[in-house]
Amino acid sequence: MTATDDPTVIPAGQSPAAALLDVRDLRVEFSTSAGPVTAVDGASFEVRPGETVALLGESGSGKSVTAQAILGIVPKPAGRVTGGSIEYAGRDLLAPGTAGSLRGREIAMVFQDPLSSLNPVFRVGAQIGEMFRKHRGASRKQARAEALDLMRRVGIPAAEKRLDDYPHQFSGGMRQRVMIAMALALSPKLLIADEPTTALDVTVQAQIMQLLARLQAEEGMSLVLITHDLGVVADVADRVVMMYAGRVVETGPIREVYDHSAHPYTAGLMGSVPVIDGPRQRLTPIQGSPPDLLHLPSGCSFRPRCQYAGTICAEQEPPLLPAPGRMPGHQSACHHADQVLSQGAPHV
Amino acid sequence: MTSTELDLTTTTPLATPVTARKSRAGTARIRFGLIVIAVYVVAAAIGPWLIDFDSVATRTADRLKPPGSRLSDGSLAIFGTDQVGQDLLAQMLQGARISIAVGLATLLLAGTIGVTVGIAAGYFGGWLDGVLMRLADIQLAFPSILLAIFIAALLGPSVVNVVIVLAVSNWVTFARVARGQALATRRREFVDASRTLGAGTWRLIRRCVLPASVAPVLVVATVEIGHVILAEASLSFLGLGTPASTPSWGVTIANGRNYLADAWWISTVPGIALAFLVISLGVLGDALRDRYDPRLRSL
Amino acid sequence: MSDTPLLSVRDLHTSFPLRSSVLRRTVGHIQAVAGVSFDVMPGGTLGLVGESGSGKSTVARTIVGLEQARSGSIVFDGEELTSLPKASMRRVRRQLQMIFQDPYASLNPRATVEQIITEAWEIHPDVVPRNRHHAEARELLERVGLNPDHARRYPHQFSGGQRQRIGIARALALRPKLVICDEAVSALDVSVQAQVLNLLADLRSDLGLAYLFIAHDLSVVRHISDQVAVMYLGRIVETAPQEELFTRPIHPYTQALLSAVPDPKPWTRPPREQIIIGGDVPSPADPPSGCRFRTRCWKAEDVCATTEPALEIRLDQHPAACHFAADLAGAGR
Repeated sequence: MTATDDPTVIPAGQSPAAALLDVRDLRVEFSTSAGPVTAVDGASFEVRPGETVALLGESGSGKSVTAQAILGIVPKPAGRVTGGSIEYAGRDLLAPGTAGSLRGREIAMVFQDPLSSLNPVFRVGAQIGEMFRKHRGASRKQARAEALDLMRRVGIPAAEKRLDDYPHQFSGGMRQRVMIAMALALSPKLLIADEPTTALDVTVQAQIMQLLARLQAEEGMSLVLITHDLGVVADVADRVVMMYAGRVVETGPIREVYDHSAHPYTAGLMGSVPVIDGPRQRLTPIQGSPPDLLHLPSGCSFRPRCQYAGTICAEQEPPLLPAPGRMPGHQSACHHADQVLSQGAPHV
Repeated sequence: MTSTELDLTTTTPLATPVTARKSRAGTARIRFGLIVIAVYVVAAAIGPWLIDFDSVATRTADRLKPPGSRLSDGSLAIFGTDQVGQDLLAQMLQGARISIAVGLATLLLAGTIGVTVGIAAGYFGGWLDGVLMRLADIQLAFPSILLAIFIAALLGPSVVNVVIVLAVSNWVTFARVARGQALATRRREFVDASRTLGAGTWRLIRRCVLPASVAPVLVVATVEIGHVILAEASLSFLGLGTPASTPSWGVTIANGRNYLADAWWISTVPGIALAFLVISLGVLGDALRDRYDPRLRSL
Repeated sequence: MSDTPLLSVRDLHTSFPLRSSVLRRTVGHIQAVAGVSFDVMPGGTLGLVGESGSGKSTVARTIVGLEQARSGSIVFDGEELTSLPKASMRRVRRQLQMIFQDPYASLNPRATVEQIITEAWEIHPDVVPRNRHHAEARELLERVGLNPDHARRYPHQFSGGQRQRIGIARALALRPKLVICDEAVSALDVSVQAQVLNLLADLRSDLGLAYLFIAHDLSVVRHISDQVAVMYLGRIVETAPQEELFTRPIHPYTQALLSAVPDPKPWTRPPREQIIIGGDVPSPADPPSGCRFRTRCWKAEDVCATTEPALEIRLDQHPAACHFAADLAGAGR
């Protein structure tokens, strides 16, 4: 896997106009039996053409809901977008019908659980070919040929034989390849992968990540990888967007953010991950529990778990600002970013 | 078999918050059902205290009076009188007592048998499950009212016999529900955890399987009680249910059969009362099922 | 630490009947565990790693008696569990407890935290007298880092990490010598997982516990274990002390597994050769002949299809089940 993560490659302070996808102040609310919940609370980030962005966060961070909002598939009527904007190549994705017309053609998605995303009663080849028949008006024969070609490209062995198999005859890893093939069918410019390897074994996970990285390079598309696993994306992502309780808490080039975390949550996560080599040390976990979206604290949502928290954190929600003294493009939403930076990550 | 929960083995739950459950689903229906049933129960409980009823009394002067008539003793017969001059309201209040008592007793008996059989079949599985469930299948293949008539004819009419007859033809539904719950629960991780602590079979059934069956069994019971009350009325109407001295609704309806042309109210009023109760129970049962256990919809 | 193992498993086989879908007739067996041997020392931690289908969880369930062993021996604390009469089994198994994977499914939703913890003492009344239940349950909750005032709450009122702590408290209630952790942290968020790992490490040193730590995540296993065994399709393919296994893996599967572990900071280390093996784990119902890994192995030769390699020491290394172990030693990272 080639590492394209040299931070100097990314143009500093690029204007949002150059972005392929531009999410601004996005708010998504859900009504639950216990009351309204703001799953995404003013999230902003952009994705440039050909770039791989990792959308990171643990449960309750709002990362998957953000992806649903981009694709216009926020579950209704419980959830709805209540504010902000999402622009894709200058088009307003929140305008009625826009997301629907682009979905599949320009923006494609790969989900965590491929089995529930594939129709169990149709043959895999036909399901992939359907994309061409529906959107390109291809003939049955053409669609079949295109499906075969795609299955080869995503590395399904003996693709000719497997065209006529049903989804349940595929293993988890192969099903995820089928999903990726379907997503790539219409050569999208943006691929969103929501926890694409979480349900897979380690060795298969490595295969799928390698495949995604290769296809991204071949197609020149933009890739948004949504995950809770800091390690999975480290080899392939250019930038990270770290989310916590529906807000973006830190963003920047991946090496910048991982090596010089300017938000205590990111720093805490780095200290929580056991490593595969180097000396064994006691982990330095973040205290407390993941955020309860029904009872968020005032000011900074991370405050109850934060060692740096002071009075200002309770009074003011910290804005996303450039990390002091760091590279352009590295932003953090912490009142004490300078302190976090000077302390460094607990272990490097 | 029913599976009670989502697969949670993969690590990351979606960030989607608990999607708003339709928590108020069927509130109106539940309220309606409960109110109607409460009225019946109160009437059955205290009605016969307020209005005297003597099953052997005959007052020829007051025979076949239409609803709203003044009787010879100056009282008002709201629902009219029957062929021997009995006040229909008093008779119906007495009948409500019998119908509800028979319904509850039958459910208790059928429920106990059914839940025991179902849990044994579901929890132990294997040949026991095979035998018990084939028995249930045979039972289901036999039309239940026909079976009831057959048994009633053998045992003779009495309130206790009616309860036995109806319980025999109703336990299967309970057995199926309990078996489904037992099957789903016995493989749950928390049951394995109790096993690891050393819990025996009896404890596991009592502490894990039985509590999990309570809600669905109650839902089924609500739906079934309507059927049971109706079946009791049918048996009594056919003369195979409660004896004539205990005027259940079925008996009263049967008595009015010969007077339909002259005194329509004798059969019609208890008929309407019966229909209204059964429908209310059905509505309540459906609403409870929708709210607490949508998986039971096929039952 | 004494030299006598606390738990000694020898040639364990566990299989599940494979039934035909129509007549429910047994048409074969899935060999979930096919001849597994290992030891856990008192106060030690054996990490058992493997992917799905490796049989690692079945090993755990067989040891605690949730599955029946087909053959082999399980000696715990000097007693043979597979032939023990039922009555003594309860006494012996008390010392052998388990922490389950799913913090949601493993707690009875209808019981309070206190009821969940005291259940163990109701089953074994000699451990804690009834009048001490409340006090001891509070103590245990405090021990695992929960607020003892929450003893009357129900599991759904807790977060995933807190629920897993309840599960740990339940496992500790009978004062076991060995705790089997079956993917005990894999369902937790990273930040919470670290808390629970630290708690497990503290409990081990404070209470002198031994762990059989089962997980698919190698970094987690490396973090907590002093001995590691790698499983593939029902067999152990390699076993070694933690440091040895992670620095000098011999078996091709171990090497591939190590290479596939995501590294959060790949740029801080010298570039490593990535081994990405193709294909998926074959079905345990129909394992390949000879070496079970040969269908995915880049070193496979004809001998691998015919002869199953034994798990043994070749050329002064640690035990590995590969015909080419001698050549492969040192070929890792």
